[in-house]
Amino acid sequence: MIKDLIHSAFDEESKPFWDGLMNEKLLIQYCSDCHQYIFYPRTICPHCFSEDISWQESCGNGRIYSYTVVHQAFGQFKGDTPFVVGIIELDEGVRMMSRIIGDKEQIAIDQPVSVVFAKVENELVLPYFQVT
Amino acid sequence: MKSDRIAAIVGVAESDIGKIPGKNVLQLQAQAAKSALEDAGLTKNDIDAVFTAGNWAWAPNLMLAEYLGIQPKFTDSTNIGGSSFEAHVGHAAAGIEAGLFEVALITYGSTNRTNPSNSTFKSPLTAQYELPYGLPTPVGAYALAAMRHMHQYGTTSEQLAEIAVATRKWALLNEKAYMKEPIEIEDVLNSRKIADPLRLLDCCLVTDGGGAVIVASKNVASKLNKKPVWILGHGESHSHNTIANMPDLTVTSARESGKRAFEMAGITQDEIDVAEIYDSFTITVLLTLESLGFCKPGEGGAFVSGQRTAPGGDFPMNTNGGGLSYCHPGMYGIFLLIEATRQLRGECSSRQVENAKLALVHGTGGVLSSTSTVILGGD
Ligand SMILES: [Zn+2]
Repeated sequence: MIKDLIHSAFDEESKPFWDGLMNEKLLIQYCSDCHQYIFYPRTICPHCFSEDISWQESCGNGRIYSYTVVHQAFGQFKGDTPFVVGIIELDEGVRMMSRIIGDKEQIAIDQPVSVVFAKVENELVLPYFQVT
Repeated sequence: MKSDRIAAIVGVAESDIGKIPGKNVLQLQAQAAKSALEDAGLTKNDIDAVFTAGNWAWAPNLMLAEYLGIQPKFTDSTNIGGSSFEAHVGHAAAGIEAGLFEVALITYGSTNRTNPSNSTFKSPLTAQYELPYGLPTPVGAYALAAMRHMHQYGTTSEQLAEIAVATRKWALLNEKAYMKEPIEIEDVLNSRKIADPLRLLDCCLVTDGGGAVIVASKNVASKLNKKPVWILGHGESHSHNTIANMPDLTVTSARESGKRAFEMAGITQDEIDVAEIYDSFTITVLLTLESLGFCKPGEGGAFVSGQRTAPGGDFPMNTNGGGLSYCHPGMYGIFLLIEATRQLRGECSSRQVENAKLALVHGTGGVLSSTSTVILGGD
């Protein structure tokens, strides 16, 4: 189970993010003091140390900053190869790691992508992306 | 050169390296420490500072120093991955300059090949945002950087392969090297795909092994038999932890650590005679050469082409055969220091770089996360 890898890290800081995904919302944070978006979730702004941070729903659109086709994976991901992992730069300016799904021929750096809510397990929805 | 002679590397040694079943990490470090002391002409009782990095104990310094029977006046367990040991050298030089101690022992040991340690933490904390996607680490992270560099600058797999081939040529001149067969560019390009664009021969070895480095004050160093290898400059930094948080996938914090090391030493890139640059993957070297200012951003591919870093080339690099072909027991940084010291002492027989007076040693740790640079000078 993928959730077994991470559920011990679920706490008050990260829970809104994971709960949001269960409701098909990609939540990121916004700092009202320095007006910058934040990902991953924190209780203090890494840009200005403000604690005036709020959750906002991302538009879910962005671009591929980089990607790799994985041919050799470990553990429970072994059987998934080949699969594509990328770093997505959302339109809000923050970057996140994700899987990029869909036609591999279309996958390229700078290609626009949008979020797809993938129910990978009963209790786990992940924000995957596909080329738009 | 403006740097004062304050501290020097006076002893270096590897433990057994390669496949070493039946030896644990403490045995390997003890073996290396004893040999490094003999190399220096010092004894255990001369050591008053202890440095190590590892994930084989909750507080490695405590276990190691107890095992070796040392009660240090100064202790440092800085762990920033493979570049930890270059940071240790910098910290040791600073401690000696501050008058806190005179002789430091730096060690590393790993049984990565025969008995990999499975350090698991109660919570992955911020890694929770990356673990679910199955990226194999560290290789997948370096692949993301390589892909971006290729996109931005047109760097090719052939150019990355140049590094692997040149490094293997050095390994063939080092009897201790793990890999014994020559390779060609085509062999790298035809090796098994791991994570695009990286293939098996773009990746470092997985071996057992340990090493030790003794750093001493000028006062101690000048009384020893072997010529001291002076620590002329050092710098360290880290820019991120996980790869999605790397500010620019094509630039490492070598830009900062290298700049500070060069400034402290008062020398420039073109004065370096031999470079020992962490080669966890071929792309690690290419990014590092650019970030250290040996060439401009995007020119790393051209810089390594035509076997310029091979024996006989005009930029001798990774002269022991590197993490790609000599040994790589998890955190390789200590072996870079060992080789640079031997080069500056002129102890490298068939792989000796002629007239090597100034060496650059550069460690990279994590997923391009941390860097430490040390500039060393012969006596
Ligand atoms: Zn802020």
